[in-house]
Amino acid sequence: MKTVTVGCGKVGSAIIKSLSEEGHEVVAVDSDKAAVEAVTDSFDVMGVCASGTDFETLRDIGMKDTELFIASTGSDELNMLSCLLAKRMGARHTAARIRDTGSSAAGTAFIKSELQLDLMINPELLTAQAIFNLLKYPAAVKSETFTRRSFEMAELIVKPDSALDGALLSELRAKNRIPFLICAVLRDKKPVIPNGSFRLHAGDKIGIIAQPEDLQRLLKGLGILGKRSRYIMVLGASRIAARLSEMLLKSGNSVKIIEKDRDKCNALCEYLPDSASVICGDGTSHELLSEEGIDRTDAFVALTGMDEENILVSFYALSRGVSNVIAKVNRCGYGEISRSLGLDCLVSPKSITADLITSYARALENSVGSQVETLYSLLDGQFEALEFRVCDSFLGCGISIKNLRLRPDILIAGIIRGSEKIIPCGDDIIMPEDKVIVISSGLKLCDLSEILL
Amino acid sequence: MNYKIVLHTLGRVLLLEALLMLLPLSVALIYGEDPLPFIIAIADAASVGFLLAKLGTEKSGTLYAREGFAIVSFSWIGISLIGALPFALSGEIPSYIDAFFETVSGFTTTGASILTDVESLSRGMLFWRSFTHWIGGMGVLVFITAIADKTPDRSVNILRAEMPGHSVDKLMPKTGSTAKILYRIYIALTVLEAVFLLCGGMPVFDSIVHALGTAGTGGFGIKSDSIASYSNYLQWIITVFMLLFGVSFNVYYLALLGKWRGIAKQNELWVYLSLAVICTAIVTVNISSIYGNLSDCLRLAAFQVSSLLTTTGFATADFNAWPQLSKAVLFVLMFCGGCMGSTAGGLKISRITVLFSHIRNELRRALRPRNVSAIRLNGRYLDAEAANGVTAYFALYIAVICAVFILISFEPFGMETNLSAAVSCVNNIGPGFGLVGPASSFADYSAFSKLVLSAAMLMGRLEMYPLLLTFALRRAK
Repeated sequence: MKTVTVGCGKVGSAIIKSLSEEGHEVVAVDSDKAAVEAVTDSFDVMGVCASGTDFETLRDIGMKDTELFIASTGSDELNMLSCLLAKRMGARHTAARIRDTGSSAAGTAFIKSELQLDLMINPELLTAQAIFNLLKYPAAVKSETFTRRSFEMAELIVKPDSALDGALLSELRAKNRIPFLICAVLRDKKPVIPNGSFRLHAGDKIGIIAQPEDLQRLLKGLGILGKRSRYIMVLGASRIAARLSEMLLKSGNSVKIIEKDRDKCNALCEYLPDSASVICGDGTSHELLSEEGIDRTDAFVALTGMDEENILVSFYALSRGVSNVIAKVNRCGYGEISRSLGLDCLVSPKSITADLITSYARALENSVGSQVETLYSLLDGQFEALEFRVCDSFLGCGISIKNLRLRPDILIAGIIRGSEKIIPCGDDIIMPEDKVIVISSGLKLCDLSEILL
Repeated sequence: MNYKIVLHTLGRVLLLEALLMLLPLSVALIYGEDPLPFIIAIADAASVGFLLAKLGTEKSGTLYAREGFAIVSFSWIGISLIGALPFALSGEIPSYIDAFFETVSGFTTTGASILTDVESLSRGMLFWRSFTHWIGGMGVLVFITAIADKTPDRSVNILRAEMPGHSVDKLMPKTGSTAKILYRIYIALTVLEAVFLLCGGMPVFDSIVHALGTAGTGGFGIKSDSIASYSNYLQWIITVFMLLFGVSFNVYYLALLGKWRGIAKQNELWVYLSLAVICTAIVTVNISSIYGNLSDCLRLAAFQVSSLLTTTGFATADFNAWPQLSKAVLFVLMFCGGCMGSTAGGLKISRITVLFSHIRNELRRALRPRNVSAIRLNGRYLDAEAANGVTAYFALYIAVICAVFILISFEPFGMETNLSAAVSCVNNIGPGFGLVGPASSFADYSAFSKLVLSAAMLMGRLEMYPLLLTFALRRAK
């Protein structure tokens, strides 16, 4: 599938990387030569050094056979304009990164329909949502929501001497009346799709799927849900911080934002309701953090523009006993180091965006069969969770799961039938028009039929 | 250095060579010649290739520029070492070093030969000799990339190291599809030439061999007097196709897409064509005293000019015997080479246009120090870094020619012979002047000089950097 990506910055190159890994043909456009070269040197893509709104450039690339056109430069206006141009010149689908759409849903919808955009990406908003989900489950490293909040998935690390350490999966399931599934395990960086006879160890990274209302009770029942975060400290008044604080305040938390720059503080004050407390000061100073009560906060979120600052301050917060610390990082290299040092919760806007585009591209690729509705990469990208809509032609319809000849590296983790949500066991069956959540490791599934041998 | 991926790719290259040697094997079988040398060489290539491919793995780590250079250097040396086996085993070129020289000359599309009597070679060997030109012209790793169903992310590093030219323009988003297009154009043009030659009454075997030799801008003939004994029509056909293969393949791709305005912007193409026309005119006038008949003069001049400009090295006349002016023009043409992104060797026309723009800008600056001017190539602005790269390459190129010239200068052949041999080998042309002229061969050089010249040919074909970076500068930290 031919895709064109305008903008080869942080977000753009993450998108290009994941599209090229998926095997799509990618044309990368940027007016900065160095940025184009960085991308063409690393990935098997074609680079064009030009502006994304240049008519001749778009014509030479060929918009007629372009399936997906993505504009991900730092400028909203440029993204809107180049997507509009591309659409008018014949590109099939367009996706624009737009950060400022105002807070009203009506405005967003208006822009989307007027510009004929198929997808509007707001990395900051997506990141804020991801962080918000994380704060909901303080033990989790990451949590994801499937279509219409049908299921939620939490990633967590099995701590020594917890209820999960040494537990046999079949026993765990028998003991709890709440339906859930441990659907993916990462042990020593190796992905395992567990079955009932799998025994968990401390240090395993696991993915648990359950219905949203059950997940919290389940984690509490297992004794691994920490105190729910009430007092949250946010470092840096970025766009993500503003969106996140807005959501947190709405759900009744107390939020304190620390920012160096007075103008930014003022702007944030204007944007947020009065219940937010905005502090103007240097968040890297230990005295200031103590004074503002870092010892009493339940959660600490570092969202400055500097990876190093975020990571170091997060370590300080961990050392002061904050139970729930989240840091935003842009560069992947730092992620690995800080995870190995004990900072588990990292979010990266660019990989969240790249995941979204990847799932969108994969859904486009298969518009006839049982197409992908959502896609998440789990546990350091070793697993994928995909949501498919089952079509009539799926061969496995009406057969109980234990009698299906499934590939060994996949797991059916959830079935949605109308308003009914099923965590499947061997006797459940898949019916046409269901939605199915499949966990796979090391496969790039495009169609539901690929799960059968 | 990621040796595993280097070994694996090298193994795959040798396996491909084994596969490609099936063609000369079948030629030998068709003409009822001894197939044993080819069978042994194929067995060797296949077993070594299989072993290396097993030793390394494809999926280990990444392929950076360093690995790209190493893969290209080792692959070219590897295919030449194995490709020399049939000549040596059959006894048709008894010395292995001679056979190696001949094979390197083939793969690098030079066309310099140590054979004193080409016509005594068997058909299978003649075909293999010319087929190496064809394989080497577009590049064996480009071939691998074209037939691989999935190419690794950084495979453009291999293409960069192997394709002649300072920048590889990808025609398609994927390296694999770009390589496929290049080979499709290459095959189509080769077939077209063979058909034209057949229509002109050339025997089937001769047409195929000459089409292969022209396509790679190689120049191995199958007659002692190269092309001279063929009809005027056939000489003109070969002249035209030599010029066609010296044109950047991007131009053909643009033509296929119908982007004529894009072609009009290719100033390299126009410089190349006008250079051919002007030089042909000068030589025609200059040699008219020898041949008298204007149409003969024009044909001979055009053929020799195209042959040396595109670094092919076919000949229809012994230009050693021509007047000094013609010889000087031809000697200077040896440096020019074809267009960037063609199968031709040499310095490349685009580098020359960049160098001259650079000189023009420097002169302007000397006159008006505040003057700012741009260097453009094929309608695109070149930044200072790219222009500096070209200057540095030119300096390196001259240095390599000098080094080769000095290394072979203990041979008692005189300045004209030795200098033209060095220039001819580094530029992948084939014949030179004096004792290495079109009517004679490199047979009299010592084994040491042959190895030096083989290295020079490889350096020239791979544009210096890969071999230099893999062998000379590896320890330099």
